[in-house]
Amino acid sequence: MSKDIAILGVGMHPWGKWGRSFIDYGVVAARAALKDAGVDWRAVQFVSGAATIRNGYPGQVAGATFAQALGWQGAQVNTSYAACASGSQALAAARSKILSGECELALVIGADTTPKGFLAPAKGDRPDDPDWVRFRLGITNPTYFALYARRRMALYGDTVEDFAQVKIKNSEHGLENPNARYRKRFTAADVAASPMVANPLRLMDVCATSDGAAAIIVSSLDYARRIGRSDAPRVAAISTVTPTFASGMIEMPDIATDSAVAAQAHSFRAALPAKAYEEAGIAPSEVSLAEVYDLSTALELDWIEDLQLCGRGEAAKLLRAGATRVGGRIPVNASGGLACFGEAVPAQALAQVCELTWQLRGQAGARQVSGAKVGITANQGLFGHGSTVIVKR
Amino acid sequence: MSEKTERPFLEGWFAKGEGSAHLIGARCTKCGTYYFPRQSRFCRNPACDGEQFEEVPLSRRGRLWSYTNACYQPPEPFIAADPYVPFAIAAVELEREQMIVLGPVVQGVDVEALAVGMPMELVIETLSETPTERYLAWKWKPAP
Repeated sequence: MSKDIAILGVGMHPWGKWGRSFIDYGVVAARAALKDAGVDWRAVQFVSGAATIRNGYPGQVAGATFAQALGWQGAQVNTSYAACASGSQALAAARSKILSGECELALVIGADTTPKGFLAPAKGDRPDDPDWVRFRLGITNPTYFALYARRRMALYGDTVEDFAQVKIKNSEHGLENPNARYRKRFTAADVAASPMVANPLRLMDVCATSDGAAAIIVSSLDYARRIGRSDAPRVAAISTVTPTFASGMIEMPDIATDSAVAAQAHSFRAALPAKAYEEAGIAPSEVSLAEVYDLSTALELDWIEDLQLCGRGEAAKLLRAGATRVGGRIPVNASGGLACFGEAVPAQALAQVCELTWQLRGQAGARQVSGAKVGITANQGLFGHGSTVIVKR
Repeated sequence: MSEKTERPFLEGWFAKGEGSAHLIGARCTKCGTYYFPRQSRFCRNPACDGEQFEEVPLSRRGRLWSYTNACYQPPEPFIAADPYVPFAIAAVELEREQMIVLGPVVQGVDVEALAVGMPMELVIETLSETPTERYLAWKWKPAP
């Protein structure tokens, strides 16, 4: 039996700092996705929301919050929280419901309203919370991105100019994306002139936090066939695996890795796509495009290698050859990525799937990857959360 | 000024001492896995059901795995001096423990003085001060 589900519709609220409730953004995205799918809201049988932890109780029960805002209609409801992978977990919940036959049509939705500046921990003294400990020491999220970046420079000879090229590429990709927050061309001089945040990363190397919303209407393949949408892009895999002990990479918010004295060290980032490829029965060589979590410019290069789109240490070479831009062999972040969007945590993993859907339908306009058949996403967040989704045509 | 109370920013995470400053870790008596911060209940190695740990000083020296700095003032609970003074941050690989431990780098050593692979040692230094308290923390310092 196929484990695929159909993506009937996608919709987003543009990313930005709009200063409104995350509920407003979510409803805009949901209505756009419903319209795109051509289905009535009242036909949706399952609402799967990705939680936002910065917007009070309504954010913690996002599934129900959106169901009410769209108009209670008796659907089943779920809310998932998995940091940056929240959207993928919400999608996985919908897939399980559909594949088990409990429902045929589901709405998956995530939205966020974010504060300004560094993402900071909750208030109060909590020495037992690793997130408190690291901020007390002055270790912020960009600290980790910068450690990875410096490590690449030492191991593979990547340069800050390479990192700037990721920003330049992504800014060009996002120029005409109506949902992107930053739609401005950046030059190497712009990046070099931006203030240093965490050496070697400058402000233009690090992604912002944004408001935004993304929604997806998914269904069983049978339902898609019945409404004449057999050709809809399909979710072919969702990987939300945890790390495997001993996790060898220093990860937010920890101040130490696992000790690899008694067990082999493993890479969490590489494990996420590996599981997805296996589940989809798709090889890295079959991938047409990738949407990856460029929390920093340098991190995009790590992801390219974790996705096995090139050998370890070879991503900068791929970048320099133009292979990762639209028109190249394997375009990465055709949407513009986090560089153009900024991060809206519960919406971001779904936004990646929205982009793949438009690309696979050939509806991506100026950033269209020609002949796109298979797309893959990758993201990672705090506390062992991360995900990869594969969408195929 | 001299009446400030000096105290570790976290109790029981590290020990002072001239030439013997160290992080206080734990080691599973069954599989040998090291922990920092300390673990006292259950071993997290999925192949081990150990529940007994011995307190161990972690290696005082290691190799610099990577490094960066904090050019902008971190948010609370970080306690910043006024004006804020940027500082470097090191990720140091401990050979015996097979783990990487983060920490600030001592005052006066910025990224220009650091290189991946160089030997580092642990010291205890002031992390931050309030009008009444001086908080101590572990820091990494280039080793001779």
